[in-house]
Amino acid sequence: MTAWDALRAALDSLRANPLRSALTMLGIVIGVAAVIAMVAVGAGARDQVLRQIASLGTNLIMVGQGSIARGGVKLGAGTASSLTEDDALAVLSEIPGVVVTAPSVRWGLQIVAGNQNWGTVLFGITPDYMDARDWSVATGRGLSDEDVAQANKVVVLGQTVVRNLFGGGDPIGEPVRVFSTPLTVVGVLAEKGQNTQGQDQDDVIFVPLSTAKRNIPGMAKSNPRFIHTMVVKMRDGTDMAEAQAQIRDLLRQRHRLVAGQDDDFWMRDLSEVSATRDASSRALSFLLAAVAAVSLLVGGIGIMNIMLVSVTERTREIGLRIAIGARRRDILVQFLIESTTLSLIGAAVGVALGIGTAMGVAALAGWPTLIQTDSVVLAVVVSGIVGVFFGLYPARRAARLNPIEALRHE
Amino acid sequence: MASEPAEPLITVERLTRHYRMGPQIVHALDDVSVVIHRGEFVAVMGPSGSGKSTFMNLLGCLDRPDSGTYRLDGQEVAGQEGTGLSSDALAAVRNRSIGFVFQSFNLLPRQTALDNVMLPMVYAGVGHAQRVERALTALDSVGLRERARHRPTQLSGGQQQRVAIARALVNDPLLLLADEPTGALDTVTSLEIIGLFQRLNRCGITIVLVTHEPEVARFAGRVLNFRDGRLIDDVNQTPEAAA
Repeated sequence: MTAWDALRAALDSLRANPLRSALTMLGIVIGVAAVIAMVAVGAGARDQVLRQIASLGTNLIMVGQGSIARGGVKLGAGTASSLTEDDALAVLSEIPGVVVTAPSVRWGLQIVAGNQNWGTVLFGITPDYMDARDWSVATGRGLSDEDVAQANKVVVLGQTVVRNLFGGGDPIGEPVRVFSTPLTVVGVLAEKGQNTQGQDQDDVIFVPLSTAKRNIPGMAKSNPRFIHTMVVKMRDGTDMAEAQAQIRDLLRQRHRLVAGQDDDFWMRDLSEVSATRDASSRALSFLLAAVAAVSLLVGGIGIMNIMLVSVTERTREIGLRIAIGARRRDILVQFLIESTTLSLIGAAVGVALGIGTAMGVAALAGWPTLIQTDSVVLAVVVSGIVGVFFGLYPARRAARLNPIEALRHE
Repeated sequence: MASEPAEPLITVERLTRHYRMGPQIVHALDDVSVVIHRGEFVAVMGPSGSGKSTFMNLLGCLDRPDSGTYRLDGQEVAGQEGTGLSSDALAAVRNRSIGFVFQSFNLLPRQTALDNVMLPMVYAGVGHAQRVERALTALDSVGLRERARHRPTQLSGGQQQRVAIARALVNDPLLLLADEPTGALDTVTSLEIIGLFQRLNRCGITIVLVTHEPEVARFAGRVLNFRDGRLIDDVNQTPEAAA
C-alpha cells in the first residue's frame, strides 16, 4: 500500500463523517489558533517595547556619580562629587566611536507660574543632551549653545509640566520661577509618554547646565565643574561592552583610582534593559508553550477517542483488507495516516483561524500583532506529532484484529 | 472434469485446530487430511459447528493449525509445530494466490465497484494505470463492466456479489474460496452466481465453496462432508449445470 493509497483512504473515511471529523479537529484547531494568535499578540507587544528601547537609544551609555565610602560606609549613588564636565570632554576626545557626550545635573524642585506650582525634576543640560536622548521640541525652541555659554535664564518645559502649570494655555514667553530665580519659557518638549518602567518622561524641565549650577542653592559649592550624569552616545554598531571598558579605564585613570579600589562612578547601557525584556518574554513563551501543550493534548485525546470509534465501526473493513492481503503494517499505516491527516487538517484550519484572529485583534483592539513563522511551523509540526502519537494506540488495535472475528463482526 | 493426473493444489495432512473455551477444549478441526487438485470445484458441507468454517479459514491462511501440515501449490504454508510462513508472507499468499468471496459481499460501501475491485491490487503494489485496466477486465468477466462507476448501494445483491467475485479474481488467484456465497441471495440470483462459478471453474480456476445447502452443493464436482470437526464423507459426483 503506497502512502498515496493510504492518504486517499484516509480522506475518504474523513469525508464519510464530515461533522464528526470537524468536531474532532476542533481541539487541534483551537489549540493551534490560540498559540498562533497569542504568539502574534505577544510578539507585537515585545516588538513595540523593543522599538521603545531603541528609541531611548541602544547605543547610549549612561555614566553617573558613584558613592563615596567613608570608613566602609557607602553613602549611595551620587554622593561622590567626582564626575566633572572635564570627564565628559575627555571621554569625547579620547574614546574612539563616541559621537556625543552630554553632561547634566538633575534636581527635584517646585516650579511656580503665577499662582500655580508643580513639583518636577530639573535637568541642567547642554544641547547635546537633547540630541543624545532623542528629545525634540513641539513649540518654541530648544536650548542653544549660547544659552549655556551665557547662563541664560531660560527653560524648556515637558508636556506634563505645561499641563499642570498652564492648563491648555500657551506657555511660550511666560515667566516661571524655580527657587527664587525667574526663568522665561522658550520651548515645550514633544511628548514622549511613559518609559519602559512606566515613569512619566514628560514630567521634566530643561535649563542650561550653567544656569542650573549658578542659581540652584547648594549645587556646585565644592566643585563648579561637577555633574551628576553624562550620556555617552556611541556610533551605531559600536561594541558597547568594549566602549564601556575603555570609558571605565579612562575615568579610573582620571580619578586616580588605584587597582583594588572601587569605581567612584556607575555605568550602564540600555542593552541591559532589553536583556531584561528578553528574559521576561522568554517567560511568556514558556507560558504559551504550556497553554499550547494542554490544548494539543486535549485535541490529541479527542483524536484518539474518535479513531477508536472508527476502528470499531470499521472492524469488518479491516477484516476484509487483511483477508485480501493487507499486512498488519498496512493497516497500522492506514490508520496512522488517517489520524495524522485529521490533526494536520485541523492544524491548517487552526493556522488560518489564528492568523485571522491576530489580524482581527490588530484591527479591532488596535494592538500591534506580529505573525511569527516559527510559531506556525512549530504548531503544525507538533500537531502532526500529536496525530501520530494519539493515533498509534487505535492503529495498533486495528492492526492486531483477528481477521476471522473481524469479518464476523456486525 | 478432474482429469486423472492433475497435480495437487491443496495438500492437507492431519490438520487439527482446537480452541479453549473456559475449562473445555473444543476440537474445531480434528485430524483432517485431504487433497484437492487443480481445476476442481469442491463443496464443503456440514451443519454449523461441524468444522467447515475452521477448515475454510485454514485454507484461506486466515488462521494457523495447531498441528498438521498444509501445502498450497507446493509451498508449505503451515508445517509441523509452528514451522510455516510468517504473518507477512501469509498476507502475500492471501493477496496473490487466494480470492475470497463472502456471504455478505463485504464491499466498501462508499467506493465504486471499480475501486472495490482494485483494492487487492493496492496491496500487491500494482501501478495505478494497470489497476484500472485489470479491474475493468475482471468486471467484464462477471458482466458488470458498465456498472464500474456505481456504488454498492446502487447495485442489486446479485450484482454486488459479482463485484465481490471480480475483486476475488483480479490478482489471478490459484484458488477461489467462497463462504456461503449465495446465503444472502434469492433462488434465481443464487443460480446465476453458481452458474458464474461453474463458468470460472471451466476456465481452470479451482473453487472451494462452503455451504450448508444441498441444492448448492449439487453443482459441485466433489462434496466434502464435515461433522464434529472431522471429515466424514468425500464424494465425487457429476455436477448439475446451473443455467
